[in-house]
Amino acid sequence: MSVDRATVAKIASLARIEMDEPALDRMVPEFNNILAWVEQLGEVDTSGVEPMTAVIPQALRLRDDVIDADPLTGGGIRDKVLANAPAAEHGFFAVPKVIE
Amino acid sequence: MSELTQLGVKAIHDGVAGGEFTAREVAEAFNANVAAAGQLNAFIVATPEKALEAADRVDADRAAGKPLGSLAGVPIGMKDLFATRGVQTTAASHILDSFVPEYESTVSQKLWDAGAGMLGKLNMDQFAMGSSNETSYYGNVISPWRRKDGGNAPLAPGGSSGGSSTAVSARLCPAATGTDTGGSIRQPAAFTGICGIKPTYGRCSRWGIVAFASSLDQAGPMARDVTDCAIMLGAMAGFDPKDSTSLDMPVPDWAGSLNADLKGKRVGIPREYRMDGMDAEIAASWDQGVAWLRDAGAEVVDISLSHTKYALPAYYIVAPAEASSNLARYDGVRYGLRELPERANLQEMYAATRAAGFGDEVKRRIMIGTYVLSAGFYDAYYTQAMKVRTLIQRDFEQAFAGCDVILAPTAPSAAFALGEKSDDPIAMYLNDVFAVPASLAGLPAMSVPAGLNAEGLPLGLQIIGKPFDEQGVLNAGLAIEQRAGFEAQPEKWW
Repeated sequence: MSVDRATVAKIASLARIEMDEPALDRMVPEFNNILAWVEQLGEVDTSGVEPMTAVIPQALRLRDDVIDADPLTGGGIRDKVLANAPAAEHGFFAVPKVIE
Repeated sequence: MSELTQLGVKAIHDGVAGGEFTAREVAEAFNANVAAAGQLNAFIVATPEKALEAADRVDADRAAGKPLGSLAGVPIGMKDLFATRGVQTTAASHILDSFVPEYESTVSQKLWDAGAGMLGKLNMDQFAMGSSNETSYYGNVISPWRRKDGGNAPLAPGGSSGGSSTAVSARLCPAATGTDTGGSIRQPAAFTGICGIKPTYGRCSRWGIVAFASSLDQAGPMARDVTDCAIMLGAMAGFDPKDSTSLDMPVPDWAGSLNADLKGKRVGIPREYRMDGMDAEIAASWDQGVAWLRDAGAEVVDISLSHTKYALPAYYIVAPAEASSNLARYDGVRYGLRELPERANLQEMYAATRAAGFGDEVKRRIMIGTYVLSAGFYDAYYTQAMKVRTLIQRDFEQAFAGCDVILAPTAPSAAFALGEKSDDPIAMYLNDVFAVPASLAGLPAMSVPAGLNAEGLPLGLQIIGKPFDEQGVLNAGLAIEQRAGFEAQPEKWW
């Protein structure tokens, strides 16, 4: 199935990637080439086949029900969390104004 | 001290432990090689001081009579996909500009704990998406190998672990980390005449590795021989509660149990891998590999992996789908690049940041992934691909009922020239045709050098094993290594 330019523009918008006209011009044929190629999967008879959910089956573990069971992934590290933010103010991530 | 850089992992460890030379001398020798190899562009950032610090700790421990780790005194290169505390981690993408992690990945921490030191962060394909190292924001990595024709065309080191393969092959480091999502350890290893193993999915913790496709990503070692890979994998592997898919199993003593005697073992040769139009030299090297394994005592059997031709298209649905989800985190808010055009609102800031920060191949994959997961198309693409993935895994299960390991080529050709495939995404994807099936099934697989082709370029052979049977893969690799006698290395031009 071939997709049109408007669909590719919609996908770019869903993926939050700004694309100007020349970028869309380049992307539409590439996108369609790749889709046409992956569509050969339609030939495979998969009736009665379950989709894979885990490549190596294993039960998900529960962590210990305590605060900061692992200090590396626990709390109390606000400054470290914010250390790489392009803009951080008053202990928060800063973004452009969202509400007028 | 230039001969020190000819040594591999085991030789360096043994030499340091035995007092033949110091860890500091080793680190200095490799630091010098890294500093002199700017033309190869293998490193995004060099960290000579880190290598020296680690070396000094090892020398002090030895002087104090303390026990030394399995990688004591071994300086390594770290693919720039592993978060390293205090050292920039970019995934070779502009969008992670200036990101300096506050934490250390589990795998890199284990390597430091074993006595290794860091020479620097290695260049790679952006977010590990590529097979030639041409998608890095930091420029192409150049393979140290050249064709014999005298044309000096710059060749691809393979990808995505192209900085790793170039650095090991050019003797800038004795070993390096790689990650393999659909061949990113094995194909670059084959292109540069070194060894690399991707273990069973879950052996190495993914915690602190920049995520590409989480159900496929696995870390592994790249080094000059099978023994060095076994030693380094032993240091990298192990259960980690911080990764929910980490295998809670003991790590076997792979290096100590290496055995190249394959008597009683059966080696499967998948007939679907012998494709129409196969490169004659690749076919010949595969036949040679069969003869070597027979010589090592193995029985060779014909097997069928009937869904092989569908592995690559299934991969190019599954991996982009997971990537589109994983890469949603790059939003210009929490870390990395922010593009904020004047009067832009939050949504416009996201879109501008991602447009400026991601390279073309990354954008392509995010968009394909977004499409195949979108309402109305999910079942036709993603669910169908995951059903095909089940069938591919079933093929392997059935094949392994009659054999212990599988032998195949690693890649369909020797290294190609930079620029040769970069305009055609599908031609580039086809380079991983032999590597991707094992990735989809989560199986351990390794590439070992088999010889040189008529152009003087390395060719690799791939061994694929049963889940958790890294030992079987390494043993067959060792049997090939002993018979191939691969000693070639690139002539220094950089």
